[in-house]
Amino acid sequence: MGVIVSIKPLLAVLVTLVAAVLILFTGERNRNLREFWTLLASIIKFSIVISMVPLILKGNIIEYTIISLTPGIALQFRIDSLGMFFGVLASFLWIITSVYSIGYVRSLDEHAQTRYFFNFALCLSATMGIAFAGNLLTLFIFYEILTVATWPLVYHKETEEAIMAGRKYLVYTLTAGMAILFGIILIYSLTGTTDFKPGGFLSGCGSANILRFIFVILILGFGVKAAVMVLHEWLPSAMVAPTPVSALLHAVAVVKAGVFGCLKVILYVFGPELLHELNLWLVLAYFVSFTIIVSGMYALAQDNLKRRLAFSTINNLAIIIMGAAMLTPSGIKGAIFHMGSHGFMKITLFFVAGAIYVKTHKENISELDGIGRQMPLTMGAFAIGAMGIAGIPPVCGFISKWYMALGTLEANEVFFLFVLLTSAMMDIAYFFPIIYSSFFKKPKEDVIPCFNEAPMMMVIPLMVTAIISIILGIFPNAFFNFFNIASTAAGKILGGM
Amino acid sequence: MIEQAPVLIVVIPLIFAFITPLIGWWRKELCYPWIILSLTLSTFCSVITLLTVINTGVIHYHLGGWLPPWGIEYAVDYLNAFVLVIVSFTSLTVAVYSKKSVELELPEKTIYFYTVFLLQATGFFGIIVTGDMFNLYVFLEIASLAGYALIAVGEEGAPMASFRYVIMGTIGASFYLLGVGYLYMTTGSLNMADLARLLPDLYGSKVVLVAFTFLIVGVATKMALFPLHGWLPDAYEKAPSSVSALLAPLMTKVSAYVMIRIMFTVFKPYFSIEMLPVTTILSWIAAAAILYGAVMALAQTDLKRMLVYVLLSEVGYLVLGIGLANKNGLTGTILHIMNDACMMVALFMIVGAIVYRCGNREISQFRNLHRRMPFTMAAFVIVGLSVVGIPPTCGFFSKWYLILGAVDTSQWVLAGVLVLSSLLNAILFFRVIEYAYIEPRGGHDNGGESLAVVREEAPLTMLIPIISVTAGIVLLGLLSGRIVSTVIQFAIPACF
Repeated sequence: MGVIVSIKPLLAVLVTLVAAVLILFTGERNRNLREFWTLLASIIKFSIVISMVPLILKGNIIEYTIISLTPGIALQFRIDSLGMFFGVLASFLWIITSVYSIGYVRSLDEHAQTRYFFNFALCLSATMGIAFAGNLLTLFIFYEILTVATWPLVYHKETEEAIMAGRKYLVYTLTAGMAILFGIILIYSLTGTTDFKPGGFLSGCGSANILRFIFVILILGFGVKAAVMVLHEWLPSAMVAPTPVSALLHAVAVVKAGVFGCLKVILYVFGPELLHELNLWLVLAYFVSFTIIVSGMYALAQDNLKRRLAFSTINNLAIIIMGAAMLTPSGIKGAIFHMGSHGFMKITLFFVAGAIYVKTHKENISELDGIGRQMPLTMGAFAIGAMGIAGIPPVCGFISKWYMALGTLEANEVFFLFVLLTSAMMDIAYFFPIIYSSFFKKPKEDVIPCFNEAPMMMVIPLMVTAIISIILGIFPNAFFNFFNIASTAAGKILGGM
Repeated sequence: MIEQAPVLIVVIPLIFAFITPLIGWWRKELCYPWIILSLTLSTFCSVITLLTVINTGVIHYHLGGWLPPWGIEYAVDYLNAFVLVIVSFTSLTVAVYSKKSVELELPEKTIYFYTVFLLQATGFFGIIVTGDMFNLYVFLEIASLAGYALIAVGEEGAPMASFRYVIMGTIGASFYLLGVGYLYMTTGSLNMADLARLLPDLYGSKVVLVAFTFLIVGVATKMALFPLHGWLPDAYEKAPSSVSALLAPLMTKVSAYVMIRIMFTVFKPYFSIEMLPVTTILSWIAAAAILYGAVMALAQTDLKRMLVYVLLSEVGYLVLGIGLANKNGLTGTILHIMNDACMMVALFMIVGAIVYRCGNREISQFRNLHRRMPFTMAAFVIVGLSVVGIPPTCGFFSKWYLILGAVDTSQWVLAGVLVLSSLLNAILFFRVIEYAYIEPRGGHDNGGESLAVVREEAPLTMLIPIISVTAGIVLLGLLSGRIVSTVIQFAIPACF
């Protein structure tokens, strides 16, 4: 175990930045070349990230310092298992989403495609920076870039509704950014550093009340992107964005960046020991339990498919935070793994919503009767994703929920086990009727009762993610020791205790 | 040659200014390269001066060989060497930029414009480089008089705005001069270093107290600190584009420098902080200025006028850092002198470019501007993000230090004001970006590109300065750690 200095993290961030510039200058003149840049960058990025995995699994830390920003803080990448997990997840799903995106925007003949691909690449660059950040300030820098780069994707449709959603998104996230900044400044003025350390670095600094205050504003700040309830309002509105955006950004990159920020604060800034001492973990767990239950109820009431998915996302993000808040080995392991498994499952569900929209221009669940006969592959993938979200084996959602359930027991808090189980039942309640009506109900008049799928550029990606969800459910280590990365992270953090 | 650099910074543009009309009568088109040459030389000298200061420490230059306190002394330490470089680079950038906009806006007056432009720069350089209180007054007036003239040649209503500025500016200058007079009465000296040595014994004297107050009020008027800002919005809005681009970033920054000089060099920091509670008062006034500027900017429909109010808010930032009077706060102010000079010069140049192409500054008329002027608008986005304080642009880092300074002294309200103003700035700039970038369409129309817009980018002499300053804004942000550790930390009084 040791620290390895390598420029690879920087390259992983820069490759998409360069691609973004190339995309911008290629523009509409040569669509194929422009899309080639996207695909090329996504593959290069993924290979760079993957090439670092073996080192991380051996317990090493990969570090690269770019420049000193202020005394005690550098613009620095330091990759450990948690960051690596997020990095692998986001960079892998970007490849699939890129293929899907190309199919989506071309079938719909979207306007402003250059802007769309440009901002997508910027977002991925920022996400990678968040995953690899070595300290709070570096994380914050990329977090703010992500905020701004996502905005044009939210207002993409440029309808009245989309513009309002964009404004709402900015108001929520920029305000949250200021809260985070304030928290970081307080930490810096207390300790003179913001470097992440497994197990936290804040214990013994400042009075209990100021630490509590810092914790609250940081969690609320990151909680906005993680769409913790009462701060979630922007996410359902942002569903006006094109579906690939909702899929990758509003199920994986952006919202997971918020969750990732929360995990970093819980595990790497405060640390289990200090949170126990301040009694904050229980408060946090009750706070997100509220989100879990209420968002499930909201999801039941939605008729728009993407909005229902959005509330399900809110629900699952809160579950991840709750798992981590248990501060027990299984809880943390499950929480980290759920970031990945939820990513695969939810991206499948969003891909399905997009495929249906492209083929039939339907957005509402009530219109989907019998659609399974027309698009069996798509709806089959939907069934797999929905089962996974509900935690039914053999889909990977089961594994992460199992560990989180164990985590609640290890912490001796049976209440949270019930929360977890209730939410799983709600998942069934709001997803399974869709499966039922799409396959077994009498088809609507406008459904073509024979095989008529969306373009293959869209169907293949969603099948790939669905199949991976199952494979990960049976062999969690199937791809690049996915599960091991999560459990090393948990071990490191609690090793600090 | 190198040891003459401090004086050359001032002398070169002064002499060049007087030769400009002669050259102009001979060949009108030579004026432009002539002032570029002059400002390039000054910039070169100021860079040399900064390097010399970094390598060998404070430079003392005695004009005509007369020793202080009798002769005039130019004293260059880290603080003014740093500000000199900023001011010289900014004036050079604006000079390059001015070509097309002057041809369009002042075709008859090009020669005189460039003459006064150089005098204006001379005034700024002199204020910064001098180590003598009265000499500073002289240069302050050179800068101000040049400013009155430059503003008065602007659009309709400019003479009136300039006249108002003349009155307020003269009142400010009189306050400053009275202050200097009182100091001379009590100590018999005008040299800053000498005053700093003589004054502590006299801190109890009412004359000294009044002198100090007059000096601060005078400088505050010149820098348009709320509530002494009345002259500024009209003056900078109605001025020609390149004049606003020169004056808006520099006049306020130079005055902020003078304020730091008076409060922490001429007077000892403990006098400004404890004996008279000036810093406390200033920090609250600054907070009011920040909010006032941002709120007034919200109400504007004209982009240039909006920027003028943003400028008032930025003045608040500068003074807030001075008022916090601790290491981080003052670091924030000095860093912000650089950052804000870059941001404001970029913004006013961009407005000038938009006016040049579209003849119109109404924000609501900006539809499709991102396709008409893609590079200019991309620059606007980046600079706007910097004003809002989105990292890694440089605006973020000055905010970082200022908030840190407020937290260090437990001034929670002031920290809150800084945070709030960031959000107000976000509304301001995203509103403009929204107008320029979003093309609203009804219903679910997904059809290809809407109506074609001819790309009509600003001329290269405008575009290159805009793009380079914008690139500088990102680079200076990333390099701010380096800048603080090599220059700024030595520019702060030792006792902080």
